[in-house]
Amino acid sequence: MLSTKVMDTLNSLSSKKHLKYTIYLAAIIVFFAIILIPPIIGILIKAPEIGNFLNYPELVNTASIAIVNSFVIGLIVAALDLFAGIPLAWMITRSKSRWMSILDTLADLPFIVPTAALGYSLLLFWSSDSGISGLFGSSIVSPGYILVMFLHFTFSFPVVVRVLVGSMLDYKMEYERASRTMGAPPLTAARTVTFPILKPSLIAAYSLAFARSLSETGATFIVAGLLFQNGPVFIQNLKNDLTAGAITTATYEGGTVFTSIILIAISLVIFGVIRVVGNRMRLPLGFFGKKLPVFEKKLSYKKGVLTRNTLALIVFFGIILLPSVFVALPAFQAITQGTNLVDALTGAGIWASFWNSLLLSYVLGVIVTLLGILAGIPMAILIARKTFGNLPSVILDSLMNVPIIVPSIALGVSLRFFWQGTGVPDFALLVLAHLAITYPYFVRSMSAAIERIPIELEDASKTLGAKPFTVFKSIVLPLTKYSILSGAIIVFTRSVSETGATLAVTSTLETAPVLIVNWVNSIRGVGTAIAGVNQSTVGLACGLLILFSFIVLFALRLLTKKKGKA
Amino acid sequence: MPEVRVVNVTKKYGKLYALNNVSLTIHDQEYFSLLGPSGCGKTTLLRLIAGLIEHDSGEIHIGDRRVDKDPPEDREIGFVFQTFALFPHMNTWDNVLYGPKVKNYDSKQAETIGHEVLELVKLSERLNAYPSELSGGMMQRIAVARALAAGGKILLLDEPLGQLDAKVRNDIRYEIRRMAKDLKLTAIHVTHDQQEAMSISDRIAVMKKGKIVQIGSPKELYMHPNSLFVAFFIGESNLLEGYVTKLEGKNAEVELREGYKIQAYNERDIKVGDRVVLAIRPETCEMKLGLIGEGLDGLFGQIEKTTFEGTIVRYEIRLVNGDRFVINRPSLTEEWVKLGQEVTITYPKEKAHLFPYPANGLSDEISV
Ligand SMILES: Nc1ncnc2c1ncn2[C@@H]1O[C@H](COP(=O)(O)OP(=O)(O)OP(=O)(O)O)[C@@H](O)[C@H]1O
Ligand SMILES: [Mg+2]
Repeated sequence: MLSTKVMDTLNSLSSKKHLKYTIYLAAIIVFFAIILIPPIIGILIKAPEIGNFLNYPELVNTASIAIVNSFVIGLIVAALDLFAGIPLAWMITRSKSRWMSILDTLADLPFIVPTAALGYSLLLFWSSDSGISGLFGSSIVSPGYILVMFLHFTFSFPVVVRVLVGSMLDYKMEYERASRTMGAPPLTAARTVTFPILKPSLIAAYSLAFARSLSETGATFIVAGLLFQNGPVFIQNLKNDLTAGAITTATYEGGTVFTSIILIAISLVIFGVIRVVGNRMRLPLGFFGKKLPVFEKKLSYKKGVLTRNTLALIVFFGIILLPSVFVALPAFQAITQGTNLVDALTGAGIWASFWNSLLLSYVLGVIVTLLGILAGIPMAILIARKTFGNLPSVILDSLMNVPIIVPSIALGVSLRFFWQGTGVPDFALLVLAHLAITYPYFVRSMSAAIERIPIELEDASKTLGAKPFTVFKSIVLPLTKYSILSGAIIVFTRSVSETGATLAVTSTLETAPVLIVNWVNSIRGVGTAIAGVNQSTVGLACGLLILFSFIVLFALRLLTKKKGKA
Repeated sequence: MPEVRVVNVTKKYGKLYALNNVSLTIHDQEYFSLLGPSGCGKTTLLRLIAGLIEHDSGEIHIGDRRVDKDPPEDREIGFVFQTFALFPHMNTWDNVLYGPKVKNYDSKQAETIGHEVLELVKLSERLNAYPSELSGGMMQRIAVARALAAGGKILLLDEPLGQLDAKVRNDIRYEIRRMAKDLKLTAIHVTHDQQEAMSISDRIAVMKKGKIVQIGSPKELYMHPNSLFVAFFIGESNLLEGYVTKLEGKNAEVELREGYKIQAYNERDIKVGDRVVLAIRPETCEMKLGLIGEGLDGLFGQIEKTTFEGTIVRYEIRLVNGDRFVINRPSLTEEWVKLGQEVTITYPKEKAHLFPYPANGLSDEISV
């Protein structure tokens, strides 16, 4: 049989030490040569242009304010996410109600809605007549600072809930039970035992939310209004100014590099601080005097729990979920009006570009996902199993953070600078950019999964005579299938909704979220006006995009469910 | 005071009865064990008493208080978990002081309690060590100390010795009993190790498939098992199937397979012609070389297998009718009998317990 032959070949190959190391080395080289080094060098090449930019104190001033905005919003939003996410994750993991698995799936929703569509949805919900503002006769939240906060809260919330639910499910309840039997009311037990043990996940959740907020571009651009700028929006505006001929290329490049470098430098510092302070931080057991347990005790039972759950649900449905899917309303109106739907489905007029963009996004997503898995698995094993020793594994693991914390627009800008003039086609650039942004997420979730497999299992399999490849296929793969697939989902959805790096890398290729940003801008009178684009076309486009994302996510979910049980 | 009363408690997991209408009273200051094979519901019962899981129906009383609606923190208990569940983010000292602190004792008081319990479990070193740095035996002591420090009058232990090696286990089990007695606690100890239960308990409840089969002192269970299951599970028993052919008062005559007749003792309501199972403990038997006497007085057979088990030698004997029989003899004070040797086994007939043949078959009755 062919497959046995292939297995035999792979097995005998896998026994050869040098081949194994070749694969690992290849993975390391790919990581450095394609993901880590190009953006760093790209930005350094253009560093001299900063001088040019500094000649415009007004621009520098705007840039500084934008950068401060980025960090203030990121830090606050991540904290709010934790605050709102903990009760929800708690409810999802602890309640025995059957509704919880539905709630769990719903919590993923804003995650798969491409952020550009999400941004438009929020814009409609919070500040247009058709949303709740219509009820009050004026904009409840006008585009700008607060709306950006709402937006970032919405799209980073699912990340936090996902991380927290995962870690709470892994958590050994025995600790909390022990605490209860010694007299601690539920809240006290949670505060003194559960959360300290879950602390690494809380820190991870906070960091991820912060990173997401820092690097999001497309949707922020949509809800920013005309005055507000954060780092990514500032860079995007510079680009528009360049296109409009308002500034020179040198100023544009200088400004972009300036903003990117500062964003990167400060975020590196902040991540370092989060790590160090987070690890040192200890909640006192001493209960701040003696008052707290009484108050904690009161909040621990029926009324307290009910209030907490109700608030968590109100926040989730009212601030996260409803605004996220609100765009379905204009989409629905577009459908009932008929003409738009027919146009859309037949690809008439502007819709031709919509379908092209959608196709481009999905093709790109699939390629990036496959490449990510291929390059990511050896790296994950390397990190988890410390193949080359403890130190290299720790170093690789921390380097993995770099692409996560670098704002994606900055990453795209530097990639562009690096590959400029090398003749690499734009599509390949897009693949590289998306790979750089998504790869660390995949490696992270994968190496965590591999670490959870006791090494004894692999050893046991080896003592039973299994060759390395068989061990991988019969032990590692089945046990991590779920993580591979959920990692793939993250990569895919991130790629499909990525805007910042895409905008920075190419001006010829229009992915679906970029198209939506352009359409929305056309309505708002920013950038180029596009004939035939109006509220209902954008609504319908967002609706279709969400629908397709849904179908893909649903299919993948089914797949993970089945495979997870196998 | 803290007597624990469980009344008609039922707990279901889906269709499975983890506990089926269980009732039980544990006296104040008693050292009580829940004993039974894996999956019989011991942990479930213990956790219900602790309030860690909710029951479907029935009542649980501690002292004169009905507690089954109370959360665990209000039940004034101490619980020692099988996996110890020492808080990994706290060192030994903080683990032990957790209970007093949560209960808002002032720090002086808490520390006094901490020193007291640590002295009780004979642990005074490495108080700054974290659980991951300790040996199993030490973790076990800390787990007990921590439960004691919380100050409850009821100590619940779920296989507290399960993770320890045999030697340490034997030492520690008596210490736990001693501490419980010194502190006048009511202790409920879950185990599936019948030796452990026998050696430390005042009374034992033997459980099977969500039900309590028999409650009694170790001696009662051993001498007067109320069922084949208990006879088989507590200690060891040879089980022989047959029919009652004659009854004179309590003396019975039983016909085994192949028409082989032996004597037995009838404590139950068994009639002539009934199908029965005879339970004889290996250690009550004497063994003589050769075939001595005629039928009825003894069992005839041939040594089929000998196993040296340290202090005892275990002989497996094929009886003349084909049944198998096991007896244990001291290994040092007696000369070992050779394979193939014909032997006669005798036993006091009042030690041969008769049980009606179980309705669902013998193997089902003794299966766990
Ligand atoms: N959370 C649960 N969900 C479903 N079934 C459960 C659950 N907990 C226990 N059971 C079932 O209830 C029965 C009793 O379990 P329990 O843990 O009380 O057994 P046990 O006597 O303590 O066994 P062991 O000696 O193996 O610890 C078992 O059949 C078990 O499979
Ligand atoms: Mg158990």
